[in-house]
Amino acid sequence: MITFDAVTKRYPDGTVAVDDLSFEAPTGEITVLVGPSGCGKTTSLRMINRMIDASEGRILLDGVPVQGIDPPTLRRGIGYVIQQAGLFPHRKIVDNIATVPYLLGWDRKKARTRAMELLERVGLDPALAGRYPFQLSGGQQQRVGVARALAADPPVLLMDEPFSAVDPIVRTSLQDELLRLQSELNKTIVFVTHDIDEAIKLGDQVAVLRVGGRLAQLADPKTLLAEPADDFVREFLGHDRGIRRLQFVSTEGLRLRTDLTVPEGSEGGSPEPWLLVVDGDGRPVGWRAAARPGELEPYGTFVRGRDSMRAALDAALLSPSGCSVAVDEQGKVVGVATREALDEALAEAVHG
Amino acid sequence: MGDGPPSLWEWFGRNWDTGRADSIRTLLTDHVTMSLVPVVLALVVALPLGLACARWRWLYQPTSGLMNVVYALPSLPVFMLMISVTGLSQTTVIVPLAFYGVAVLIPAVVDGLDSVPDHVRQSAVAMGFTPLRRLLAVELPIAAPVVLAGLRVVAVSSISLVSVGALIGQGGLGGLFTRAYQNPFMPPVIVGIVLVVALALVADGLLVLAQRLLTPWVRARKEAAS
Repeated sequence: MITFDAVTKRYPDGTVAVDDLSFEAPTGEITVLVGPSGCGKTTSLRMINRMIDASEGRILLDGVPVQGIDPPTLRRGIGYVIQQAGLFPHRKIVDNIATVPYLLGWDRKKARTRAMELLERVGLDPALAGRYPFQLSGGQQQRVGVARALAADPPVLLMDEPFSAVDPIVRTSLQDELLRLQSELNKTIVFVTHDIDEAIKLGDQVAVLRVGGRLAQLADPKTLLAEPADDFVREFLGHDRGIRRLQFVSTEGLRLRTDLTVPEGSEGGSPEPWLLVVDGDGRPVGWRAAARPGELEPYGTFVRGRDSMRAALDAALLSPSGCSVAVDEQGKVVGVATREALDEALAEAVHG
Repeated sequence: MGDGPPSLWEWFGRNWDTGRADSIRTLLTDHVTMSLVPVVLALVVALPLGLACARWRWLYQPTSGLMNVVYALPSLPVFMLMISVTGLSQTTVIVPLAFYGVAVLIPAVVDGLDSVPDHVRQSAVAMGFTPLRRLLAVELPIAAPVVLAGLRVVAVSSISLVSVGALIGQGGLGGLFTRAYQNPFMPPVIVGIVLVVALALVADGLLVLAQRLLTPWVRARKEAAS
């Protein structure tokens, strides 16, 4: 657990970067610090590993004040990932990953074996081990950055806008990868970003900071979206808060109809205006309108239980039928959520 | 053997190794010593000075100003001035050349360290490098290509400048040029020029080779950029 106890950072010229900040980053969870530029989020992060020293207050690592620990020793026990990955251009990927083990005095072979393990763990081809950072794409470099931070298996990971320099598609996959890794590793992560969507996606709890380094609100993402503390937080969260809240509503309880599917090739009348055609493996093919039985219309799917209500609603909006197709992890149809069923679930989400 | 002046090749063969102080072989060895010792000295002196200038920026302006003045001094009077200190020895040539080398290498070291990207330096700090280890394992290796480029300039110009020392009797192969004053006979001049240029090419080639071996990642970067 990382504890900020009334921490202030004041520079000699009088600027206050962080003002009387107190919060806890619980063990094994992702705490996201989010806010506009100048809110002191990076400063706060860097005070944890003493790249910047606090002017007042204390920062505790499992109860031990970091101010009392020699900085290089402290830092070797804390993983750190930065925006441009910060890889060493003159070292091969495997040696980049093994940086901290080398600093800790592991023998070369053990350090490299560990590095190779991590290379695979973050989803990279082991063949990249002998390359130099310049030979990798931005997304690959960032994965190497994460692997390097994890090399000595530190309990704490600090991440400073690690995914903001890559394109949106790569960013999404890196975020998913981080969540997958975290589900296996349970590190105590402090993650800094200016992107509220990223904060909501990744954070177990989100600390919204305002300019001048004051804590505006600390809450889990769901509460943050539902009950913003003030106008600053509300404005920072953006306009589609209602829709985004739905990503925390499960599709587990969504009422599904199973009588609206027909096998491919079958014909015949039905009183229903729309029927979902499925192939021999139970996968969706398209919607057939009673009025135009010769044509198939597009459909949208969500994975029941795994995807949120936001995905279910999105899937419904993608189809002229207005219904959304529930599938299992293998992509087989398990049922259809009609507008009525979605309506019920939305009503419940708003009240519950 | 005819009665006329000897051919270039004949003259070279006859003077290559006469055992005297003015045999071509001795001149060549002297030339190598007097041009390469200053390069090594310059590197040894310029590294800490460059590091200091990069660390304490306010030092850089006055230091580089002073070094530019040194570099602007014509070599001949400096050699003559040195005679009063070190006499007519090789040191008289070596010391001023080392100073010229320092003048070129200090900016090379500073520029090299400046070429270390800030995010790389930051991440080295965050990984837990101590300042000394960070310098040796991260900053200097990344600065190496720029420093080596400076070293190539220093080596070649040093090889060329040694010849001027011939005017005070310590010029290595330059001794072959001064003879042409007394006696308008071309072979020594041609042999001198060819050997000086060849020496420069060899020195430069060795440094390029060293650069390839020491910094294989620079090529990786170039390939990635193209």
